[in-house]
Amino acid sequence: MSTSADIGLWGVPLAILGGAIRVSTPFLFVSLGECLTERSGRINLGLEGTLVFGAMAGYAIAFQTGSAWAGVLAAALAGTVFGLFHGWICKFRGVNDIAIGIAMMLLGSGLAFFFGKPYIQPVAPDLPAIPLGWWSDVTQVQAALQINVLFLIGAAFSVALWWVFKSTRVGLTIRVVGDSTDAARAMGLNPDLVRLLATAAGGALAGVGGAYLSLYYPGSWNEGVSSGQGLMAVALVIFARWNPVYCFWAALLFGGAGALGPALQSVGVSQGYYLFYAAPYVLTLGLLIATSSPNRALEGAPGELSITK
Amino acid sequence: MSELATTPTVPSRTSALQVLMPRAEAVVIPLVALLTGLIVFSLFLVAVGKSPADFYALVYKAGFSSSFSWQNTLSRVAPLLLAALCVALPARLGLVVIGGEGAIALGGLAAAVVGVWLAGAPSVIGFALMVVAAMLVGGAWIGAVGALRFRRGVNETIASLLMAYIAIALMNHWVEGMFRDPTSLNKPSTTPLPPALRVGEMPIGIDVHWGFAAGVLACIASWVLIERTTLGFAARIAGDNVRAAQVQGLPVGKLIIGFTALGGAFAGLAGFFEVAAVHGSANGSLVSGYGYTGILIAFLARHNPLAIIPVAILLGGFEASSGLIQRRMDLPDATVVVLEGIVFVAILLSETFYGRFRIFTAAYWAKP
Repeated sequence: MSTSADIGLWGVPLAILGGAIRVSTPFLFVSLGECLTERSGRINLGLEGTLVFGAMAGYAIAFQTGSAWAGVLAAALAGTVFGLFHGWICKFRGVNDIAIGIAMMLLGSGLAFFFGKPYIQPVAPDLPAIPLGWWSDVTQVQAALQINVLFLIGAAFSVALWWVFKSTRVGLTIRVVGDSTDAARAMGLNPDLVRLLATAAGGALAGVGGAYLSLYYPGSWNEGVSSGQGLMAVALVIFARWNPVYCFWAALLFGGAGALGPALQSVGVSQGYYLFYAAPYVLTLGLLIATSSPNRALEGAPGELSITK
Repeated sequence: MSELATTPTVPSRTSALQVLMPRAEAVVIPLVALLTGLIVFSLFLVAVGKSPADFYALVYKAGFSSSFSWQNTLSRVAPLLLAALCVALPARLGLVVIGGEGAIALGGLAAAVVGVWLAGAPSVIGFALMVVAAMLVGGAWIGAVGALRFRRGVNETIASLLMAYIAIALMNHWVEGMFRDPTSLNKPSTTPLPPALRVGEMPIGIDVHWGFAAGVLACIASWVLIERTTLGFAARIAGDNVRAAQVQGLPVGKLIIGFTALGGAFAGLAGFFEVAAVHGSANGSLVSGYGYTGILIAFLARHNPLAIIPVAILLGGFEASSGLIQRRMDLPDATVVVLEGIVFVAILLSETFYGRFRIFTAAYWAKP
């Protein structure tokens, strides 16, 4: 009954809302992973590489097994391996975690493109989505409210992670290690081990974010599957002040910025195509500039974190 | 740093080894790391059922064996040298700037636009203004990263990479809009440069454009700047300890902005050569990953501008052989990226071995 002409320009905000939910999921998973890693006092810039490898691994395994969820699991496992590797290297004296992140970005995407070559053509099963827009006749509303299960899992996980940090022993351990290596040692904790595990868990989450990219939206595997979401998520965590619940809202905001280009294109605006696609980068940079300060440490920043020192 | 720490403490009769060995550390450790990386990559090839011997033979054949392969290698080296300086110069101040790709794209566009605008002018003026435009745009772009770092405390690594994405988007936007040559249909480009404003080949027998000489000169000049001038000394102090530099009254902000801007200007110059010597106009080909390979080169060279030259030639050869390896060995084109990633990790891991071996200390070789 309803067509796109009926709602006219209202299609734009609606498409942005729907797009925000669709586009934000990888941001959400990578930023939660990065948040977890950074709270332990280490930064993993390599999550971009983990994301790309997770996308490839998830797609390949989903194609081989016929199960999208097996793909997600494989992506999480691959992410864990990358995280363990990053965490293990960084424990050596004199090794710079930021530089290792850049190298892992290169290595992760290189390995993904190397092993992913045979999977560019085949079609793997998609992850399921829940049609929360069933109550409406308008097709755009239905399209906007096709919510993927992973988005809901991510949302639940951000609250869970917030609770872990706030009220559990595990969370306290991670926070102590992140705020002061010396204090953690004095308490009898092993900072290297805690950081290794936090980086591994962060890698697993980033891998899941990658699987979402290849198995749901855009929903195919190719070498351009990621457009820097893994890197933007690092900036997103700074903006979210290392709070998992804020990460959720920030991911939605970034998703909305990422959906701006396609949404405008869908109503026929083709001028400035590239500029709209650059919106998330501009937004990230703008937020970084607005929230950084040369004089004081950022509020909520873990004390041992190298980027804020 | 190592030079400072190893100032001879023995009063008299220093042997040659006492002087040489402490300096050898900075050469031996990276070389061992590079070799280790290549060995790990060989194991990787064996694991996927390919022959490492074939691989390295093809790299030699495609990158270094004949005048044609040297031509292929050296024409890639020009942008790599300049892109690596965009990482190495800020690194001397302790900054990790990785957005050179953006400065190459915008610098190349600026050169193309100015070149077309000056089509009728004498070529000396045309070249001069194209170079100035490319270097100014590149310098301003990366200099802004330095300014944001110093004035606002914005992390330069993330900011520079974000700005690279933005720069590439701007370049594409302008190449397909305002500055588009209406006759470029399949691949949107700017109007082709007039023949008088194309950079030619050097008279050395093989077809390598002048960008290679410019890159080598830029590396030598950067080395002199860092190692032999007060400015470079001040920058190294600020890179080691910002507080100490500020207490000494060094203009840390100006150093940061100056060194990042100079690095960006070199990346912009790489864009100029890509446009004026290779493509003839600005288009999407400006974004071909030189900025990212430059990061690896700078780290492999440990941010020493002179060491950048051999490292860039080595990696230029690897990248030049990518096509042949793909065809002959049926390996994906990402194979060289895997190799680069492994070598990158190895070189960073080797940082932990500095100062651990007594044979690299002057005291070990001192006579009793």
